[in-house]
Amino acid sequence: MFLFRFKRTLKLGVKSLWMHRLRSTLTMLGIIFGVSSVVAMLAIGEGASRDAQEKISQLGSRNIIVKTISPPEDKSSVGQQQTLKEYGLTYDDAERFRGAIPNVRVLVPNRRISKQALYRNSRISIEVIGTVPWYPEISPLRVKYGRFITSIDTHYKQAVCVVDEFVRKELFAFDDPLGQNVKIGGDYYRVIGISTAEKSTTSASQDNSGDNGGGANVGKIYIPLTTAQTRFGDTTLQVGAGGSPTLERVELQEIIIQSQSIDQVLSTRRSVQTVLSRFHKKNDYEIIVPLELMKRAKDVQRIFTIVLGSIAAISLLVGGIGIMNIMMATVSERTREIGIRRALGARKRDIIMQFLSETLILTLCGGVLGMGVGSLVPALVTYFGQMRTVITPGSLIMAFGISAAVGIAFGIYPAYRAANMDPIESLRHE
Amino acid sequence: MIDNNQKPTNGDAILVMKQLCKNYQLGTVELRVLREINITINSGEYVAIMGPSGSGKSTLLNMIGCLDRPSSGSYLLGGQDVSQLEDDDLSAIRGARIGFVFQSFNLIAQLNVIENIEIPMFYQSYGEAESAERAMKLADMVGLGDRMKHRPSELSGGQQQRVAIARALANDPLIILADEPTGNLDSGSGADILGILDRLHGEEKTLIVVTHDENIATHAQRVIRLFDGRVAEDTYNYHKG
Repeated sequence: MFLFRFKRTLKLGVKSLWMHRLRSTLTMLGIIFGVSSVVAMLAIGEGASRDAQEKISQLGSRNIIVKTISPPEDKSSVGQQQTLKEYGLTYDDAERFRGAIPNVRVLVPNRRISKQALYRNSRISIEVIGTVPWYPEISPLRVKYGRFITSIDTHYKQAVCVVDEFVRKELFAFDDPLGQNVKIGGDYYRVIGISTAEKSTTSASQDNSGDNGGGANVGKIYIPLTTAQTRFGDTTLQVGAGGSPTLERVELQEIIIQSQSIDQVLSTRRSVQTVLSRFHKKNDYEIIVPLELMKRAKDVQRIFTIVLGSIAAISLLVGGIGIMNIMMATVSERTREIGIRRALGARKRDIIMQFLSETLILTLCGGVLGMGVGSLVPALVTYFGQMRTVITPGSLIMAFGISAAVGIAFGIYPAYRAANMDPIESLRHE
Repeated sequence: MIDNNQKPTNGDAILVMKQLCKNYQLGTVELRVLREINITINSGEYVAIMGPSGSGKSTLLNMIGCLDRPSSGSYLLGGQDVSQLEDDDLSAIRGARIGFVFQSFNLIAQLNVIENIEIPMFYQSYGEAESAERAMKLADMVGLGDRMKHRPSELSGGQQQRVAIARALANDPLIILADEPTGNLDSGSGADILGILDRLHGEEKTLIVVTHDENIATHAQRVIRLFDGRVAEDTYNYHKG
């Protein structure tokens, strides 16, 4: 019985809407755009958020990264050309961290130098990273073939290196790199391992323009830190912005400290700050805490979602108002039908159900179509805009729920108006 | 609520109006449209209600049809006082006990013949199959068995009015209440409709027809004439008796 009533009401609604196809379609468009913008905006927002969080979590949530930056005073003073600029983190800093900060699990001093790598006839720009054997513990870097640097390599300052996937592809197009010798600077290094390509850690923080970190598309070659120290020294010749060469002496580009647990990250960060401020008069370092970045990214993300959500909500609101407008017109157009139905035994709630179901059919169809369009838009954004987008089931459920809510919210008043018409008046209506 | 199963036997009073008045407030003026109407209509009667414009015919029709509530007095329909019922209860009474036939047919344009006949049953507790079966039988009865899937716009005026009569019979009401049923029809179709009404009278249905048309009055068994909101004349056509 109830099912029949439901079926009949639905059928009647579809029939009435079908009588005014163009009008129904146009009305539905409002909801389609509204819902699809909700879905698309949420997908884009979610994609951006996951991207940022992934980048940050690659830095390691327990890590504290201390980076060398060129101190701002030196950049501004024009008179000090051709002099030796000495700044940045030192081996002493690493020792001090090791000695003074509790709860440190791993400490990795890194030396990063931009160089050219040569193998047979190919030559590419790479970044040489002088590091310690336990570097893989604090980074997402994994050795796929061969091995990583060992303490023996470090101790004997061996000329060995681990190349990443990127270098393997660019430099060793047809050969197995393991055991081959690569020329970096003036020396040959034997390849002992191939690692996964590490995304450039520096791109996660915005203010690192002074770094030699390079973009994501620079291959990386890992050598023992001691080897880097002896072979390359600490001094590099840099060509400054004005074309004048400067000598820079930097011992370490970064020191990565991993605390024992997430709870201790912030206290460790304070200790690092204390130690550094004691020995560094110039502001030649920055401390990056991925955990804090992650928190900040989440805050930004929340605001982003709220803004996108309200834009989408406004378009849904406009769609809803459109529906209400049309339903008001429909009700007054069908005054006579309402009168007939009332005379034939329809109660007020029957009339309400009839018009409400029409609105709901419009909004729910619009909602479903909007979900379709809304899922398509992020795909296009990903394809053409190279942006990551993620459609979560939650956002689809929400979009559907919202369209149903809009249907009820904007359908109830016209339906109520219809139900409260005087049957005698409406029967007389032409 | 409404017990429609107990059919009154022929001759029982199914419509009793006592001292029924209807007033409208027009600004400061009170318009007395119906004044102390006393009518009793028995089951199986064929009654014509007549009167000039402004005599209160339409208002009385609305009263009988439970579309409006009287200002004072009582109205018993099938033994139940319906004069002070709530809106939803009035809807239910209309659906179950009154079968309306209008001057302008009042079919719903987007529905076909069968679906139009089914409307009153939809608002009562009929099942899907039951409702469809009954609608087909009624369509057959008014001679539209071959046009069940047609829309009102595809039918002639006379055919539309026949659909309306079938629709009025859908819930097997106590009273069939017709408002100028031939008013929009040519004389041929009008005669058809009157023929159907006669047939229904022969089947002992209770018919109340509100009309200007003296011709209809000759078909009826009893004529009630209104003048200035009062019953001016209540006569029986004994030749029909």
